[in-house]
Amino acid sequence: MAELLQAGTPAPDFTLHVTPDQKLSLTELRGRPVILAFYPADWSPVCGDQMGLYNEILPEFQKHNAELMGISVDGVWCHSQFATERHLHFPLLADFEPKGDVAKKYGAYREGDGFCERALFVIDSKGMISWSYRSPVGVNPGADGILQALECLAKK
Amino acid sequence: MATLKVPVTAIDHIQGDARAPVVLVEYGDYECPHCGRAHPIVRRVQKHFGKRLAFVFRNFPLNESHPNAEAAAETAEFAGAHDRFWEMHDALFENQDSLGLPFLLELAESLKLSSAELEQALTDDQYTPRVKEDFMGGVRSGVNGTPTFFINGLRHDGSFEFEDLVTAIEDAAG
Repeated sequence: MAELLQAGTPAPDFTLHVTPDQKLSLTELRGRPVILAFYPADWSPVCGDQMGLYNEILPEFQKHNAELMGISVDGVWCHSQFATERHLHFPLLADFEPKGDVAKKYGAYREGDGFCERALFVIDSKGMISWSYRSPVGVNPGADGILQALECLAKK
Repeated sequence: MATLKVPVTAIDHIQGDARAPVVLVEYGDYECPHCGRAHPIVRRVQKHFGKRLAFVFRNFPLNESHPNAEAAAETAEFAGAHDRFWEMHDALFENQDSLGLPFLLELAESLKLSSAELEQALTDDQYTPRVKEDFMGGVRSGVNGTPTFFINGLRHDGSFEFEDLVTAIEDAAG
């Protein structure tokens, strides 16, 4: 199993499609905390619940001025349909071409399966990873860890 | 292991004695079909353990997926303020498919509560802070979907089938 990037490591930059005609780079988000939520697939039941839960908690993340982004190997059209159907109010990034390239840089790619781990990263305003966590693929990790990490950042 | 961060207190809706050997806490959503399925199972589990088990219900409405969940939770809290929480709780779960406002008002009347007062409370968001407090306490405790159960303060990650809940509760009771 690949080693998940740990706290204190600079977050590898990336530029990925966030909508069919829009790309987003991590560096554009400097100055505020970023939550990166890698997940296996758009339509599998656990991910749905996980993204649905984050959708509900979004106002709490926003209190910390944090930007949440979901990321999986699904393509932009799949993401856009998923986001529409689930009323998601945060961006989903497509780690689609080359497939899983960003997940690999974060140690969050499952080679045999060909999809992302269920892995969470909180990145500080300077682009440094301040917290990371890998959940078993079938277990929704909830949001308590993310909120704690954001609170730690706020205290610094 | 995720643990309950908000202890059970007198503010909670509880069936049984808070000092019972096992306290089962559910975070649930009245419009969630899984919670609806868990409802009769919890009832059976309560019957099975009798006085050895106390049951607490807290709100965790997933409003983005369930448009009526918040109003339903607030309706239960309204009933709770008039000492009718559990009757409303049961009625909401038994009528999950019809939780629109007209039906909520009808339910209030059927419990001899004022539907006008309920409507006003919903309009004024009177119980919104209470529901929100439940929800955030759940998030802090690692609630990761609905229903999520805690048995003596530890999140139950197994299924909520009758046999699984009974076994987990027996283990907790020691």
